[in-house]
Amino acid sequence: MIERCVLFAVLSLTACKREMRDLRSDPPEAAALDQVRPMENRIGGAAPRIMYALGQPYEGNAYQLNQGKRLYDWFGCKGCHAQGGGVIGPALMDGWWRYGSDPVSIYLSLRDGRPNGMPAFGQRMTTDQMWQLTGYIRSLGSYRPSTAAPSRNDEMQARPAENRGPAAAALIARPSR
Amino acid sequence: MPRAVLRSTQIVLLLGMVMAFAGPAAAADPPALDAASAPRLRAIMALPTERSGANSGAVVAAGTTLFVVTPYPQRVKAIALDRPGFPTRWSYTPPSTPEATALAANMVTTPAVADGRLLFVTGNGHAIALDAQSGTVLWDTIQADVSQGEMLAGPPLVVDGRVILGSQGDDFGVRGAMLALDAASGRRLWRYTNVGPDADVGIGGGFRSVALPNAEPDRGLVTWPAGAWQQGGGGLSAGVVYDTQHELLIHGTGHPAPWQPDVRQGDNLWTSGLFARDVATGQARWFDPLNPHDLYALGAGGSLLQAELDWHGTRRTLLLHASANGYVYVIDPADGRILDAHAFVPVTATTGIDPETGTPQRNPAMDVSTNSTTRGICPGWPGATGGGVPGAGSAAFLPRTGLLYIPASLLCMDFEPRQANYLPGTPYTGANLRTTGTPPRGALIAWDVAVARPAWRVEEAFPLRGGVLATEGGLVFYGTLDGWFKAADAGDGRVLWQFQTGAGIVSQPVAFTLPDGRAAVAVLSGAGGLANPDIDRRDATAAHGAANGLRDLQPPTDPIGRLYVFALP
Ligand code: HEC
Repeated sequence: MIERCVLFAVLSLTACKREMRDLRSDPPEAAALDQVRPMENRIGGAAPRIMYALGQPYEGNAYQLNQGKRLYDWFGCKGCHAQGGGVIGPALMDGWWRYGSDPVSIYLSLRDGRPNGMPAFGQRMTTDQMWQLTGYIRSLGSYRPSTAAPSRNDEMQARPAENRGPAAAALIARPSR
Repeated sequence: MPRAVLRSTQIVLLLGMVMAFAGPAAAADPPALDAASAPRLRAIMALPTERSGANSGAVVAAGTTLFVVTPYPQRVKAIALDRPGFPTRWSYTPPSTPEATALAANMVTTPAVADGRLLFVTGNGHAIALDAQSGTVLWDTIQADVSQGEMLAGPPLVVDGRVILGSQGDDFGVRGAMLALDAASGRRLWRYTNVGPDADVGIGGGFRSVALPNAEPDRGLVTWPAGAWQQGGGGLSAGVVYDTQHELLIHGTGHPAPWQPDVRQGDNLWTSGLFARDVATGQARWFDPLNPHDLYALGAGGSLLQAELDWHGTRRTLLLHASANGYVYVIDPADGRILDAHAFVPVTATTGIDPETGTPQRNPAMDVSTNSTTRGICPGWPGATGGGVPGAGSAAFLPRTGLLYIPASLLCMDFEPRQANYLPGTPYTGANLRTTGTPPRGALIAWDVAVARPAWRVEEAFPLRGGVLATEGGLVFYGTLDGWFKAADAGDGRVLWQFQTGAGIVSQPVAFTLPDGRAAVAVLSGAGGLANPDIDRRDATAAHGAANGLRDLQPPTDPIGRLYVFALP
């Protein structure tokens, strides 16, 4: 009985480890976060140095990823990408990327748009928001399960949850283009 | 379920002319295409269009040339039918911009040939006239703002030296418009939007609406929350027909934007109905509100055609509209009066058509509200008929049988309105939707106009998205999403011949006579949409919810479209 109590106490303590949520970056920080150094072909490149100083907050932080999910709805990404399966824009959850799966590529896709009909959102969102979305998009097209990624929807549940690493299942078969 | 309320008494159909919207322009229908000859049809051409999107146009045969316009980026080919091996006489590739690629994926590319000119529209908003003999550009003019999500929709219609075009961007909150260009110069003669103040819409003294008798001004504004009409949608939907007797252009209007209905309380005029416009001035003459406050954003899509028939003992030219909402309407083109309306597929969204106003009676169980999912709405996206874009999925009427051959979808849908934010140039939809259904999810329905019920139907595993061709000889041609091109007996629906094209069919078949006298039929294969390898079907809402309802549709081995021509020996 005592053992159980101890176990319970230990578990609840770990569960209480507070996640840091930076609600909004300071202006200089935000400016620094926009300093991606893309490769010449606009695919991939170096992330802003401050990202590492901040501990890559947009990758494994449940709050940031959930914000990304909300923005995905608000900014109408669904109209072209559905809930990740694609409509007139390509699927984002199948693990196949036209422009790379790394954060910088996705950030650039968002900020500057892509030639075949992906609008630029750089003038419509803050730098924070673009990174939040980048983190979320990466969880959509991720091969690995993640505890930080959203696990449920408050809307029509139309596809495997983001925290399951949906792209892994899509690896099996990919029709030729 | 209460049946449609309007009743028809006896209708006897007489032989008459039918003007199908997307039908062949110049070539006469070869009478040899009949039940006896159908099994002898053989493929004589399978020309790749080199485009993998929705190959949803019709070809046009004129003289000894077959004209084909590919999906975006458009490429026009004039194929010599009088030379062995059918070489290309000339081809033309208009300038394209990659930005329009996604937007243009579903456009209908049917061209028109008139007075020696080949007229067509491109995915980046150009209307172009070429010399049909040489392919030389006569004029090229931009008539739609692609950066806002506006497209030129559907094939051009040429009437007395005017090129009639429609624009559409309902899913992007674009106010759709109708316009006329001078066929010789490309100069714009008139342009009116389908939503907005009376002055923009072309509503003046000559306008009457049977269903909306009070003449209050600016109903295109007051039937919306303040300002919402500016992103109101309502582009061209069911195609344009020209009524020679009244000199009227008659066309459908698309759905109101956004899909999310709660932010657009009101009747949302003049979306989701039928307009008649004066061909010379573009001024509106009448309007039928088919789906006021269109809850499910299907618009007045589907097919619209004219048929000369005997109605209550009088020979009349009437409109037959098989609509996205699941009803077939018989309409008087003079004033838009709805004479008859009956459901041609199982419908749950509405319970019938109100005989006074001609508008559907809602089924309260299928109401939708923000952040809650309503299940089992029939018909599902993009409607009971039509491909979701103007000019796609046209029905055909055969005076000889009195039957209207409707390419139908039996899909239903689950629909959840969400928040919708308007950002110019991005979709203004704000809803999750997934289609639902089990085979048969489609059917070729032979609708007996006289008795307002189906004479027969050919069931199909998948919804029909392409158009139907009915020949004088009594054959009905149609294609399926799983790549079959079929010919059925127009009398009883027996499938007499079929051919596997290898890719889904969403185009309009066309019949013509080859220079050597043989009868031929042409159709494009290549469906795009769910067949696109960029779609991940594990998302039920992908490809407008097709990923759910059509999850068992096999992707083609080769998604590239092909132009097939079949001929009798
Ligand atoms: C108007 C339609 C449209 C909207 C709205 C849209 N996208 Fe896209 N998106 C596209 C298209 C089309 C492409 C492919 C572009 C290309 O291939 O050049 C694309 C590409 C992308 C890519 C790159 C995918 C890859 O394979 O590399 C990402 C990431 C992306 N979009 C995310 C988003 C997000 C997040 C939003 C919402 C903020 C959004 N998109 C809104 C149409 C759209």
